[in-house]
Amino acid sequence: MNIGLFILVSVIKTIIALFVLLTAVAYTVWLERKVVGHIQNRWGPSYVGPFGLLQPLADGVKFIFKEDLTPPHVYKPLYIAAPMISLVFALTSIAVIPIGNWIWIGQLNTPLEITDVNIGLLLILAITSMGVYGVALAGWSSNSKYSLLGGLRASAQMVSYEISLGLSLVGVLILSGSFSLRQIVQAQAGSWHHIIPHWNIFRGQIVGFFVYLMAAYAETNRVPFDLPEAETELVAGYHTEYSAMKFAMFFMAEYANMITVSCLATLLFLGGWMGPLFGPAIVQEILPVVWFGLKVFCFIFLYIWVRGTLPRFRYDQLMDFGWKFLFPLAVANLVITGLVVAFRS
Amino acid sequence: MAHLNPTPVIEPGQDRTMILNMGPQHPSTHGVLRLLLEIDGENVVRIMPDIGYLHTGIEKTCEAKFYQQVVPLTDRIDYLCPLTNNLCYCLAVEKLLGLEIPAKAQWIRVLLNELTRINSHLVWLGTHAMDIGALTVFLYCFREREDILRLFEMISGQRMMTSYFRIGGLALEPPLGFWEKVKSFVDRFPAKVDEYEDLLTANPIWLRRTKGVAMITAADALALGASGPTLRGSGLDFDLRRDMPYSSYEKFRFKVPIAQEGDVFARYIVRVQELRESVAIIQQALGGMPEGRITANAPKVVLPDRERMKTQMEALIYHFKIVSEGFSVPAGEVYQAVESPRGEMGYYVVSDGTAKPYRVHMRSACLANLQLLPAMCEGGLIADVVAAIGSIDIVLGEIDR
Repeated sequence: MNIGLFILVSVIKTIIALFVLLTAVAYTVWLERKVVGHIQNRWGPSYVGPFGLLQPLADGVKFIFKEDLTPPHVYKPLYIAAPMISLVFALTSIAVIPIGNWIWIGQLNTPLEITDVNIGLLLILAITSMGVYGVALAGWSSNSKYSLLGGLRASAQMVSYEISLGLSLVGVLILSGSFSLRQIVQAQAGSWHHIIPHWNIFRGQIVGFFVYLMAAYAETNRVPFDLPEAETELVAGYHTEYSAMKFAMFFMAEYANMITVSCLATLLFLGGWMGPLFGPAIVQEILPVVWFGLKVFCFIFLYIWVRGTLPRFRYDQLMDFGWKFLFPLAVANLVITGLVVAFRS
Repeated sequence: MAHLNPTPVIEPGQDRTMILNMGPQHPSTHGVLRLLLEIDGENVVRIMPDIGYLHTGIEKTCEAKFYQQVVPLTDRIDYLCPLTNNLCYCLAVEKLLGLEIPAKAQWIRVLLNELTRINSHLVWLGTHAMDIGALTVFLYCFREREDILRLFEMISGQRMMTSYFRIGGLALEPPLGFWEKVKSFVDRFPAKVDEYEDLLTANPIWLRRTKGVAMITAADALALGASGPTLRGSGLDFDLRRDMPYSSYEKFRFKVPIAQEGDVFARYIVRVQELRESVAIIQQALGGMPEGRITANAPKVVLPDRERMKTQMEALIYHFKIVSEGFSVPAGEVYQAVESPRGEMGYYVVSDGTAKPYRVHMRSACLANLQLLPAMCEGGLIADVVAAIGSIDIVLGEIDR
């Protein structure tokens, strides 16, 4: 492949990926409002378009045209940079997430991701852990006590759950022996007796999966771990002083992170795009992407369902839960997986 | 009890603490309560409630109104249980007048008061759960509250500011089909309480957030004048409905739920059980509703109905007199207390023999219960303050008056 074509394909893929991700973010918000609405005996958005489907567009327009208020007491450079940091890192991690096999477009064979790196998982962990800077800096630069408390909570929470999150993934790494997300998925191909697929969750990583799931909820500041923005305690937490598009950036970052951790869970534990293939060749090309999308949808739905059901932890309980329960569990899972793999070989 | 010392403004103590202003515009101070918190990280060192942001001057306004005109004002004191306030005021004035209220009116008063209690507890449960993060319970509670408000609208024409009780009885006969509606509601309701409890009572996160949080001992609760579920949550068995019955509460059989722990969970469980007890009282009232008039036989106090007013000379004269110059109440003073959803709601009415009260003072259960807040919260975390405010179930309209 010559370099010109490579750049062209990359740019096109970047644009498509960004478009798909931002649309997914917007419609995750719509889905959340709709599903939580129905859980709570309400309708959710229903006026703008059929089933309120155009609501995300209306929200976007509203955010753009709202007055962007900057309180006089903030530290401006960081106040402006914080939402950007949050959003940029949230969107960047999608670059290395494969949503399907290599496919042929005419004469061109290309992977279904922006770039196929052999340390994809490490890269994603590195990028997502940068996201905490956005939140921490927002809390600090706003120069407001509620923001400060929110920022403090967020940093402490994200840093401590990062560890359990990382450890819960090591079990998967031991099983597949690679950091490449593509190879991790490939290692999960096949099934036992054509019934139970070879997904990592069925290969002894069930504990790792649940540790990952809970740590991921805390990472993304979602119920029941939504303390950094606990509105009944801290008004709006770290984004109390933000309005208009700056607020929307935090908002989008939160949902983009949700999608990223859902994608990661799908890739690492649920076999990524693996699923039954049937029908003509063109359908067989598309089906993996559909399976991938379905699995991610299930995760996002679970996120929303949990939000409609559970109350919120208290700060100290959250820390207790992270350090005294999740962390030992993740370590135990790692040790046992390691021993089993060593014993087998 | 060092926390009882009044300190109007909190000075920052040392370098490590900071003052956090919570309210009067804050999502979980239930209206316009303002709290000054001195915090050390997330720990609350000191807490100072600041009230008065919802001062309406209702107590003073009462002195400029005829006795019967005060009833709508009492709705607005505690806007979550207007009928309880109506009842308390009417009972106080009726005591001064020495009126005998017919049995049917008394039973309807009891029934509506228990509906009001359910209504108020539903708002409490919803907002309390929302403060702790359980958003769904809030909307479930408001779904059932809507049914109660429809009942109120049916009987009084108003959803919230009912003003349905009159000095000497009730405003109107309940409309046709009202009892069937009430019956169908109380038959449905216990299943709904189970639904709320499914979401909360055994939920580990809910238990962690409420058990052992914002503790108050029975001695402290008593010393600070607490009443109602806040007092019963600390193990003190006192309920005005049973211990000083009014409006024929003595004819009803019901349990007074108490809990010993004195924490947020104890107050929660007491109120949830009260929801079920209220249903039992309403069912008894529906089952044994006496026949008869709904107003006392006191033509100088009670407005005649439209039929008689349009056809009888005497009735027209009384109607004109009561509306234009009120009715005079014998000089004296009286204190009447009822068990409102929040505790002891008392009305102290002084009459100088004219048609307007000389003084009306409301003894607010919330004001006394709010005094418990520093004792509950100091030494806890910020999140506990929110849980504690929810658990004492304050209504700022009643505190500021």
